[in-house]
Amino acid sequence: MNAMQFLAWVRGPGLDISVGILLLGVIWRLLEIYTLGRKPDLAPARRRAGASGWHTLYRRSLPAPGGLSRSPISYVGGYTFHIGLAIVVFLFAPHILLASSLVGLSWPGLPSPVIDGVTVITLAAMLVMLFDRINKPVKRYLSTFEDYFTWALTFLPVLTGYLAVKHLLLPYATMLAVHILCVELLLIALPFTKLFHAITVFGSRWYNGQINGRRGVPV
Amino acid sequence: MSASLQRGINVLKEMIDAPVASFFSSCVHCGLCAEACLFYTETGDPKYTPIHKLEPLRRVYSQEYTLLGRVGKMLGLSKALTDDELETWSELVYDSCTMCGRCSLVCPVGNDIVYMVRKLREGMAVSGHAPKDLRATTRRTIEIGSPMGVKWPAVQHVIQRQETETGLKIPVDQQGAEIMVLLSSMEVINYPEYLGALAKIFHKTGTRWTLSSKAIEATNAGIQIGASDLAREIVARIVTAAEGLGVKKVLSPECGHAYMALRWEGPNLMGRPFKFEVVHVLELLDEWRRAGKLKVKDKFKTPVTLHDPCQIVRRGGVLEAPELLLEQVVSEYRPMTDPNKWNWCCGGGGGTSAIHEPDAEQLRFKAFQVKKRQIEETGVDTVVTFCANCRIVIEEAFDHYGMNTKLLGLTELLAQHLED
Repeated sequence: MNAMQFLAWVRGPGLDISVGILLLGVIWRLLEIYTLGRKPDLAPARRRAGASGWHTLYRRSLPAPGGLSRSPISYVGGYTFHIGLAIVVFLFAPHILLASSLVGLSWPGLPSPVIDGVTVITLAAMLVMLFDRINKPVKRYLSTFEDYFTWALTFLPVLTGYLAVKHLLLPYATMLAVHILCVELLLIALPFTKLFHAITVFGSRWYNGQINGRRGVPV
Repeated sequence: MSASLQRGINVLKEMIDAPVASFFSSCVHCGLCAEACLFYTETGDPKYTPIHKLEPLRRVYSQEYTLLGRVGKMLGLSKALTDDELETWSELVYDSCTMCGRCSLVCPVGNDIVYMVRKLREGMAVSGHAPKDLRATTRRTIEIGSPMGVKWPAVQHVIQRQETETGLKIPVDQQGAEIMVLLSSMEVINYPEYLGALAKIFHKTGTRWTLSSKAIEATNAGIQIGASDLAREIVARIVTAAEGLGVKKVLSPECGHAYMALRWEGPNLMGRPFKFEVVHVLELLDEWRRAGKLKVKDKFKTPVTLHDPCQIVRRGGVLEAPELLLEQVVSEYRPMTDPNKWNWCCGGGGGTSAIHEPDAEQLRFKAFQVKKRQIEETGVDTVVTFCANCRIVIEEAFDHYGMNTKLLGLTELLAQHLED
């Protein structure tokens, strides 16, 4: 298989397979989790402004009071790489073109130099997060193979995308194919690893807010 | 696999619901919950990270309710839980967790960790891995009616003494009274003046109230150990007595888990709403304060700070009443850092204070350091609180650290300063 065949495969069958697994996996996991249901709470609720699932959905996007000074790397690094990822995934012009060709939707992107800068910052933030995971006793203690594996699965698409755009290390077509392959591996892993928090985070925050909201506690 | 372990795993399987599945699926091992836990902050030992305490429950969830976990289990890639593991985890689930729920407030993906600890304890208790002191406490509650072995004659003695001291009648088994009052054993033994304080306040407000000789104990060791069947039996005593007397309200005392057990878990344990309202004593007092029925003749002059019991405030939702009542009766109130729903536990909630193993006690004193700092930062030497269990734990810690700090109950403080 030469570079062009490799690229054709990842753009064709590779993409179909990975998106298929992603969609089926997400549906399966959502059913697996949320069809478990729960018992109704028979205690009469106490109402209080700000105490609800919806409030917590929003509130947990902000650091807990004092959290920023206690765990600056987790918060600053976490915000930086999440926002950075969102920017490079959704606001890089070629990605928008791809979305447009696949689903017909289009939106304005950011200039390439800006995306370049955001990419470098995102990669740096992820490296810092990895260092923090190894360095900080609590994180190191909690970490399993999955934590490092999913870190790599998230890091590689950003890195290979940057290398492809900058024509570094490998010929453009090969690096682009490697980039797409890395994205596909990420898509496949998403439903079955902790990466699935990208979806369940909304349900989890809502449940927490709702459970405690019934007691009148804004959490 | 032992029969008790199998039962424990079965119970854990029953405990897992959509929120639990969602929470475990969302955890990214960021470790931020550790910073919210006094057992971690005061020891620096990562094993006390709240989410880690749930590992047995997570394993059962993964092996039983996820596709990959089930495949892994079939292929023998994942190990089933063992009795040894659960025994090791007993320290993490009981000695070093007071179910204070502070971790549930900080998780960025929104995991309600204490919701899951409560469920894990059910499996731990059934499989025989709850601490023996807590098992004994629960047995006493079921057999004698009180975790501390208090029997009705002891309560009668307290009633008589408080009647003498206040000159007021303390009604017992009064059919059709408006409010039925519960006590915790700790109040009967250590803080009987609470009952006298209530008698004065009810007299002042002209409230028809009663104690029940059939249900005096408000605390619920079944909730703490994690045995819903026993918890239900303990709650049922109160419900039967209250509905038999036809009262409109049952007054939960200054005890954290009592309120949690009756107000929030009670109807769910019984499988039906109650025919009466469960009210925390401070909620009622605050209602009267707002109605102008609770006027004080003078104020307590010494500067004080307030310790918010977790189960009443953060977990119970009685958020504003304590501070408002305190400000009514003291000249100077200096809040602690992290007040109200952010307050730090005394270190002895969730049944932890009933565990008297030397290691558990030492850990409790160590965890108390955060409270010690909070109190010292306010610069006052008088602490007010409203939970009998917190009071005992804090007083023991004051002795341990040789602190010359006084501790007062909020209801008693109010009663002492009420208009005559």
